Amino acid sequence: MLLRELAHSRTGDKGNLVTISLIAYRDEDFVLLEERVTAERVSAHLSEFVDGPVLRYVVPQLSALNFVLHRPANQCVTRSLALDAHGKCLGYALLGLEI
Amino acid sequence: MRTVRIGAGAGYSGDRIDPAVELAEKGSISYLIFECLAERTIALAQEARRLHSAAGYDPLLDERMEAVLPICAEKKIRVISNMGAANPTAAAAKTREIAHQLGIYGLRIAATTGDDVLSVIRSGNIALEENSQLAESLSKKILSANAYLGMEPIVEALAGGADVILTGRVADPSLFLAPLVYEFGWSMEDWDLLGQGTLIGHLLECAGQITGGYFADPGYKPVPNLARLGFPFAEVSEDGTATITKVEGSGGLITKATCKEQLLYEIQDPAAYLTPDVVADFSQVRIQETGVDRIRVSGGKGKPRPPTLKVSVGYHDGYVGEGQISYAGPGALARANLAKEILIERLRDCGQIELRFDLIGVNSIHGERLSEMKCEPYEVRLRAAGKAESMRTASMVPREVEALYTNGPAGGGGVAGSTREPIAIFSTLLSRQAITHEIHYEVS
Repeated sequence: MLLRELAHSRTGDKGNLVTISLIAYRDEDFVLLEERVTAERVSAHLSEFVDGPVLRYVVPQLSALNFVLHRPANQCVTRSLALDAHGKCLGYALLGLEI
Repeated sequence: MRTVRIGAGAGYSGDRIDPAVELAEKGSISYLIFECLAERTIALAQEARRLHSAAGYDPLLDERMEAVLPICAEKKIRVISNMGAANPTAAAAKTREIAHQLGIYGLRIAATTGDDVLSVIRSGNIALEENSQLAESLSKKILSANAYLGMEPIVEALAGGADVILTGRVADPSLFLAPLVYEFGWSMEDWDLLGQGTLIGHLLECAGQITGGYFADPGYKPVPNLARLGFPFAEVSEDGTATITKVEGSGGLITKATCKEQLLYEIQDPAAYLTPDVVADFSQVRIQETGVDRIRVSGGKGKPRPPTLKVSVGYHDGYVGEGQISYAGPGALARANLAKEILIERLRDCGQIELRFDLIGVNSIHGERLSEMKCEPYEVRLRAAGKAESMRTASMVPREVEALYTNGPAGGGGVAGSTREPIAIFSTLLSRQAITHEIHYEVS
């Protein structure tokens, strides 16, 4: 099953950081997200877009995880040549993760 | 308990205007806030001001003020916005002129300044963090340096009787926190209340992003009537508890899910969201549905504000040239790849240039590995982008793409190209002592 079936997500950017939230549709699925969607797994899944460790914040109150990715220097929003310079589409790449 | 209703009239500089008018007309709000200043916007505005001393404020200021001032003046709605951008004083003068033309007299308009710290940064006498990065960038062309101010100048202007307040760089949630602190007389050291007020500001600051904008996903997260998306307002009680809602009958929706997405948007550690006013803690926030399109939020907390202020420094960062061309029908992908090979060879010899190629519709967003193409697409659009230190070199990218018409593979069409001078940003921290704010009033 794709992560998309269990959770929704929004991506934001700040300087050379991208933040990706992952929010369980149903509170009871949050345990599974917390167990399966580790920082290491996100880092491997989005490896081209990450420089350094991925940070993961657990917010049980919202049944949500929040990921913070440091982007490689040439991918920062103000310097990137990419079509999606902000990295706004990355959340949906995460939702494509097999779980 | 007394409540105050605060509405969000814009989530970015180019945002729709009609939802703000709807909110002013039908939202029974006391404050209408327009957040219009993205990271790079102020650097562009600073450039505009350098060319014309009366320029440098938001390009849609005139249109927005013409649309909302008559309603706001009639209903006594106070307007707060960072549309002052690089020139709040000129924005206030322009707003007075617009009010006059609309026959609105006696409107008190405040311009708050002090966020522009370009001279402080240029002087180099100030202890800055991330010094190495700054030193590297000083050799390039610094355009702007603006500190993120907090709520204080706005609270002061409200106490000074301002009906319209135009600021430069102010932290987005502070635009919303200021009227709450002013209305309820909250202490500027009651960190929990300031944390909750910052939560409300953070939820509202992107306007449509909490009412169903940037949320819809057919089959998973349906949103009704996005073409008529309503903008949000908050009904805030004196204890900080708030209900986020929107005008009845407007498009979109407000649910726990839209609120959670916006709550975590652009946040790093949810327990420590740094603003000039407070270190806000959103980790214990409670989100409850109390009715259709009515979400109650409470439980935002806070710790003492940071000793330094964030400063965004904008500088010129070379030139970017870009060109696109489409191929369709049998062999589209092979012809696009052939065009790419030609471009690589042609652009290799025209000077130092960093190149990137994308096949739009195939791999342009997330690259080869995540895209995993399984079949030949009917049409492909090749995009070439290059970054160089000179305009001439960068402009070779769109020129070479256009030259593919008569020199490249068969059947290319729809060429588009451009060359631009991008502005890059880096952030640093500055001591609060280096900054003083001022307020200037105009009366229509």
